[in-house]
Amino acid sequence: MGLVVSAIVFLFAVAVVGAAARRLPQVSTVVYGGTASACALIALWAALRLAGGGPDATLVLPVGLPWIQAHLRADALSAVFLIVVNLGGITASLFGWGYERAHHESHGGSQDGPVLPLYPLFLAGMNMVLIAADAFTFLLSWEFMSLASWLLVLSTHRDPETPKAARLYIIMASFGTACLLLAFGVLATAHGDYSFAAIRAHAPAAGAAALVVVLILLGAGSKAGLVPLHVWLPLAHPAAPSHVSALMSGVMTKVAVYAMIRVLFDLLGEPEWWWGGVTMGFGALTAVMGVLYALMQDDVKRLLAYSTVENIGAIVIALGLALVFKAAHTPVIAALALAAALLHVVNHSLFKSLLFFAAGAMLTATGSRDLNRLGGLIHRMPTTAVLALIGAAAISALPPLNGFVGEWLLFQAILNAPALSEWSLKIEIAVVGAALALATALAGACFVRLYGIAFLGRPRSRAAGEAVEVGRAMRLGMAVPAVLCVVLGVLPTPLIRLFEPALRLLVEAGPFDGRAYQPWFWLAPTSAIGNSYNGLIMLVVIALLSVVLVLGIHRKASDRVRWSIPWGCGFDGPDPAAVTQYTASSFGQPIRRAFGSTVFRARDHVDMPVPGDTRPARLSVTWTDPAWVVVVEPLSRAVGWLAEKANRLQFLTIRRYLTLMFLALVVLLVMVAVTQR
Amino acid sequence: MTLLLATLYQILQMLLVLALAPLLTGWVRLVKARLVGRRGPSVLQPYRDLLRLLRKEVVLARNASWLFRSVPYMMFTAIWLAAGLVPVFTTQLALAPTADLIALIALLGSARFFLALAGMDTGTSFGGIGSSREMMIAALAEPAMLMIVFSVAILVRSTSLAEIADFMLSGAVGLRISLALALIALVMVAIAENARIPIDNPATHLELTMVHEAMVLEYSGRHLALVEAASMLKMLLYMALIACVFAPWGMATAGSGVAAALGGMVVFVAKLAVGGTLLALFETSIAKMRVFRVGEFLGGALLLSLLGAIFLYVSRGV
Repeated sequence: MGLVVSAIVFLFAVAVVGAAARRLPQVSTVVYGGTASACALIALWAALRLAGGGPDATLVLPVGLPWIQAHLRADALSAVFLIVVNLGGITASLFGWGYERAHHESHGGSQDGPVLPLYPLFLAGMNMVLIAADAFTFLLSWEFMSLASWLLVLSTHRDPETPKAARLYIIMASFGTACLLLAFGVLATAHGDYSFAAIRAHAPAAGAAALVVVLILLGAGSKAGLVPLHVWLPLAHPAAPSHVSALMSGVMTKVAVYAMIRVLFDLLGEPEWWWGGVTMGFGALTAVMGVLYALMQDDVKRLLAYSTVENIGAIVIALGLALVFKAAHTPVIAALALAAALLHVVNHSLFKSLLFFAAGAMLTATGSRDLNRLGGLIHRMPTTAVLALIGAAAISALPPLNGFVGEWLLFQAILNAPALSEWSLKIEIAVVGAALALATALAGACFVRLYGIAFLGRPRSRAAGEAVEVGRAMRLGMAVPAVLCVVLGVLPTPLIRLFEPALRLLVEAGPFDGRAYQPWFWLAPTSAIGNSYNGLIMLVVIALLSVVLVLGIHRKASDRVRWSIPWGCGFDGPDPAAVTQYTASSFGQPIRRAFGSTVFRARDHVDMPVPGDTRPARLSVTWTDPAWVVVVEPLSRAVGWLAEKANRLQFLTIRRYLTLMFLALVVLLVMVAVTQR
Repeated sequence: MTLLLATLYQILQMLLVLALAPLLTGWVRLVKARLVGRRGPSVLQPYRDLLRLLRKEVVLARNASWLFRSVPYMMFTAIWLAAGLVPVFTTQLALAPTADLIALIALLGSARFFLALAGMDTGTSFGGIGSSREMMIAALAEPAMLMIVFSVAILVRSTSLAEIADFMLSGAVGLRISLALALIALVMVAIAENARIPIDNPATHLELTMVHEAMVLEYSGRHLALVEAASMLKMLLYMALIACVFAPWGMATAGSGVAAALGGMVVFVAKLAVGGTLLALFETSIAKMRVFRVGEFLGGALLLSLLGAIFLYVSRGV
């Protein structure tokens, strides 16, 4: 534990160096190197802690409010998330180092200067949230994390969109913190002790617990991007530099998931069945809406941020299932669902980081993140193209990559629904299963669109045609998560075994309980109704069949190859197809028409000039986010109205102020008198 | 010994599906031709077509990448493996515990994912139109398929195809509404996934309606042969899947000897003949739909399969 705290302190020191020596040429190496080593240290510690078991590390520091002190504790659950956060931190540091150097060279001067001191602080904040063991430290760390990331979003303030994104982010973050504050307030009212140990010991009454569940879903949900609280996420995540986007989207949302798990599974005591029902419903809505939003985006990073919304939805579905099964006293199935959630947390942090890095590489190489200005990058950036393909395939849940394993576990948990007694839950789970399947299939379409438009086809702009492959550090930063995506897809069982202490802590069972010894390369959870999956054998068989196929074909078939121009629909010229090829909007059109016209009021306007007019025809696509209309706009109107009313208080006379104070005092005294009786 | 036999059966099955797939396509074409009053080509014509394609040179678009050239191999492998996972003549297959129905659907999804990417690789508008429509169809067909899996899996308490077939063979199911709904939905999905009328018609080159054909328009030579063979294999896979889940009769089970397995092969060929005839009958009696009606068709399939699953989830005694 001392190690973790020292590593966090070291991150602060790195931040100070970054702030003090901003202009020095070697400072980015120091900052990113220092951050990566601190993260590596914490991740290693957490992995050893999980593998070795042993008592929880605790530490009480005499800081903070005098009568509370700062309680720090790293149990198995914290350790799982410490690994996720710091693994993301290592790869992001590696990539960020190369990214900043590339941008240094192309832009001259330190455009991303403010990132250097803030970046380690952001990671320190996330680590602090995970080891906080009292409400005060937790909220302080949470707010620290939010503010550091908010400043990172603002660090690229030259982009005209950024201030808007940052303002919305700070509003949503404050809203989230307020909800969490109230939630912990309710949790601690019974006894006035804010430490997690005391909260755990006094489970709140049913009504209070219900309030806490709702507040947590709102508070942590707004950070994670649950629909309809997701609106800030696709604006804020892409605004930061790409390695920070990767951390915000791939990792910080997981810290919010941690908060949900910590409160719902650990602090609140025995769950009631409807908690899981509500959680699952939110998750399903989030998954489907998130991916539909993603399908309509032309901005690569914004698309990825919306896809994070979808993946968070899947994770929250798994959490809801785990809650339901925990409430139904079927701990092994709950462990299965929770294992699916944790696996998906790890998986998503890997492939989403990878994809954000790839977006950063594209941005570095072409200066654009607009899909309609990319294209043909597979020829210009071969390594990035291969690594991004692995990421796209993994996030589309294709076997034998890691995304599929998470999906498989989750579907296995869903199949256990008949074990429940509430028929309303059974119907809900069936519908949620369908929603999840729909989201998965749409995610496939979404990433075919992203990859096909950005990397395949012909360059859609001069910059894309002249792109050059990014530097070695950036490629390595992408290669690490890509390799992990393959490894975890082929051999998921050791990782799930590593989670077991956390699962036992939360649902008092492991997914493999009651089963005889299983080899480590075989995935067959007890509660998966006897089903099993083996990525390793799949991979071997696929490789074997491919070899047979290639040998067979090449022995039999003609190997003559002629290169020619493809049919360009009558367009003639040196590059006939470039103008006629499909764009991001045209690719999305069938799905937009099938799903978007009612939900998003998506409309295609075609401006067709009359015959004889030489003006080009134009297609414009518009759509509205229902969450804006239903949640954000009324909210902002309400805030504006309140501000208007409160504004009058500025211009009162002294006499009126004194009257107000007197009245307030009377009201407070009455309240005291009532509660004391 | 059992494992050895299972491995042998597995290899036999991989070869059997490979050998029978063009025959099934030839049979469907022949029956369709006879139904509209033509003589039609021999049932062996698809084999000849594939061999002819293999011997032709490959014409590649100038900007085609390595992805375009390797996708035919990737998709064929994925579909071949998927077809090898469906028990056709015996439930005793070595790969049965390795991958279940969910993995099978995901394998088919991988094949589609890569083919759709290949469609976009040459940068022509035809490839784009095909890929985008294919992914729209998949977005509805895949969840419908998964819900069908759920209904069956809830009933059998397993997603392993071998166990499903064993269970259905044991006759413990009886008639169930949810299974009937699942069967209808599965047939609808199969029609859509195999680019058959009324969703798609691979026999035409009419850009307004084509889906699959538009995606593979730039393929030629051995690549086209692989793509065509893969789609034949996929049709066989869906028929085998319907046969395995809803009509597994005649299939050999664990420990029932080699003679039973041979009998299973004969029965399987008979099932394919019946299935092919039914498909041809259906296709000649219906007209092609507009592309944007496909959403309604597959939405119907999704709804039916979801209803089937809900019936099972809430029914007692499952």
